[in-house]
Amino acid sequence: MSGLHPEQSFPQAAKAEVNNPQLRANLRKVTTTIREKRLKAVGELPHWEELRVLGAATKDEALANLSDRLLELESSVRARGGHVHWARDAAEARELVAQIARGHGVTELIKVKSITSDEIELNAALDAHGIHAIETDLAELIVQLSRDTPSHILVPAIHRNRAEIQALFNRELGDPEHLSDEPAVLAGAARRYLRQKFLTTRMAVSGANFAVADTGTVCVVESEGNGRMCLTLPEVLVSVMGIEKVLATWEDVSVFMELLPRSSTAERMNPYTSFWSGVTPGDGPQEFHLILLDNGRTDVLADEVGRQTLRCIRCSACLNVCPVYERAGGHAYGSVYPGPIGAVLTPQLLHMQDKNANTLPGASSLCGACFDACPVRIDIPQVLIYLRGEVNAGKGTTLESVAMGAMRYAMSEGWRFEGAVKLARTGQGPLVHDGQITALPGLLGGWTQSRDLNPFPPQSFREWWKKREPGGES
Amino acid sequence: MSNAEARLEILTRINRATQGAQTPQRPAYPRAATQSREDVLLTFEDRILDYRAGFVRVPASGVRGAVRAALGDARRVVVPDGLDAAWLPDSLDAAWLPDSLDVLRDEPTLTHAELDGADAVVTGCAVAVARTGTIILDHGPGQGRRALTLVPDTHVCVIHAHQIVPDVLDGVQALAPAVRAGQPLTWLSGGSATSDIELVRVEGVHGPRHLRVIVISD
Repeated sequence: MSGLHPEQSFPQAAKAEVNNPQLRANLRKVTTTIREKRLKAVGELPHWEELRVLGAATKDEALANLSDRLLELESSVRARGGHVHWARDAAEARELVAQIARGHGVTELIKVKSITSDEIELNAALDAHGIHAIETDLAELIVQLSRDTPSHILVPAIHRNRAEIQALFNRELGDPEHLSDEPAVLAGAARRYLRQKFLTTRMAVSGANFAVADTGTVCVVESEGNGRMCLTLPEVLVSVMGIEKVLATWEDVSVFMELLPRSSTAERMNPYTSFWSGVTPGDGPQEFHLILLDNGRTDVLADEVGRQTLRCIRCSACLNVCPVYERAGGHAYGSVYPGPIGAVLTPQLLHMQDKNANTLPGASSLCGACFDACPVRIDIPQVLIYLRGEVNAGKGTTLESVAMGAMRYAMSEGWRFEGAVKLARTGQGPLVHDGQITALPGLLGGWTQSRDLNPFPPQSFREWWKKREPGGES
Repeated sequence: MSNAEARLEILTRINRATQGAQTPQRPAYPRAATQSREDVLLTFEDRILDYRAGFVRVPASGVRGAVRAALGDARRVVVPDGLDAAWLPDSLDAAWLPDSLDVLRDEPTLTHAELDGADAVVTGCAVAVARTGTIILDHGPGQGRRALTLVPDTHVCVIHAHQIVPDVLDGVQALAPAVRAGQPLTWLSGGSATSDIELVRVEGVHGPRHLRVIVISD
């Protein structure tokens, strides 16, 4: 997996993942732990619901006036000595970063964890230019050293356990001391490895959690301090941000600093947040570039139902409450955006044209937990259903649409439905093994791919109701 | 501008996409019930301790001793320009520094390597938020440039009680003039931490491993 394009359909990709007991155990532990912690952090604020409404309205307002906000951001960043670039797609954004690096003769740079940079497949592109990008977030470093891909927005290496990381670090970091599998020891090894890089590397790349139009202020939210290191110690800083990350005014930052940490790491506040406006003489990088990335976002913006997806602040709360994510894991989504938000964002960013990505809106039980958890009230179930409709409409008349038409006919009259049930009970005979249906034929096979089905009972409710003694049970 | 074409195209796409889009009504910012000053300070203390950072509340006369105690066994200490002289002795002499502490001034600018050789840094802050236990530096006088509070392993932060505001919005509003003047900000909530390996919290990855907070009663 790389970037946005899934290599397989969701059902294909999920099949392998749901049969991996280690992965399922890791995921269950993580999602249940964060879920409980998050409810506590959120419960502390009596006005949480009002904050969500305000957060959603603040983002909607910025999106409704997006071109004005971006132009204002551009001029305020410039006024503070920064450079602003525009990238229509991933290739343009990659090229811009590579150009800046080449311009400074840089062959190695340090990176703050950034899902947007993963979206544009930046590291591989830089490699092709002979520039090595070093991930400095502990989890991203684990993923990078093991030539793996992230599986969670917030904790990208959550599918790896300590023994795997121990073996990896002993092999890759060439530590003279043999490392134990204690998380503190492993984090210490990463600290030693990265310290010299932080102190000596001349260029850094980051994403951006938010950018403020009226002040030209960019923001990165983090925990480890690797972000602060990258954002302040090198001479040159490049930040790549999706155009939807812009906010109108400095005061708008407040509601998101209340919503984001409590929703994502379930903390009252994350350990470190950096804000900077262009360059500050004598403090931090003296050259700053902001790259504004479209890469499909304007398509999402143009869709009245899908537009709300752009409110997303990448907290990952929806992943941790999703029963489908908990079983399938992040890799099954085949994109840097996993979970419920990925199921709606990925196909839209690919203009609803990617066959594999178009299976993602089906990766949901529509239980609605993601909507309840979302700090900016993205109605993910609504968008999922809407996108399923878009996908189906694009298909024209199919076996599925004919079958659905027949179902509608059968279910629209009670007598037809009863007849159909009787027919099905007779017809299911050869499919039932040990009281379970484990494989359905043809189109229906999709349903039994990852679950068993109970057969029709010998008597239906309607049959029982008709036969029962008047005034009592039969 | 090298990418004028991309800029124009993106802006055109946006304008087409947002044509007729309604700007929503924004509701008022929800506020929690007002707390007494003492409760605000107690909330702040509770949050700082919850982050497992050091905390002590002293009268103005006790700051010097509290700073010395917070430095622990640090040997090389960075002191930014503009730090309140009352927090340190007039002359950094043996009376205050019996164990001959090395004091590093950032003038001329310390190199990354010199900073890396320091054990601790003492600063003030711009504002602090009680509900989240967040300390905010705007890197004005007495706070140093951003690297000073990042590289040394211990950060001793001295805060006047009146700098502690109840909520995030109060902090954001208080910082507006600094942000509009182009100053960078660093928000600190406890020390550096990660939970990336099996969700086990490990404190001290790249930022300072120890945060020690001294609040001066007004």
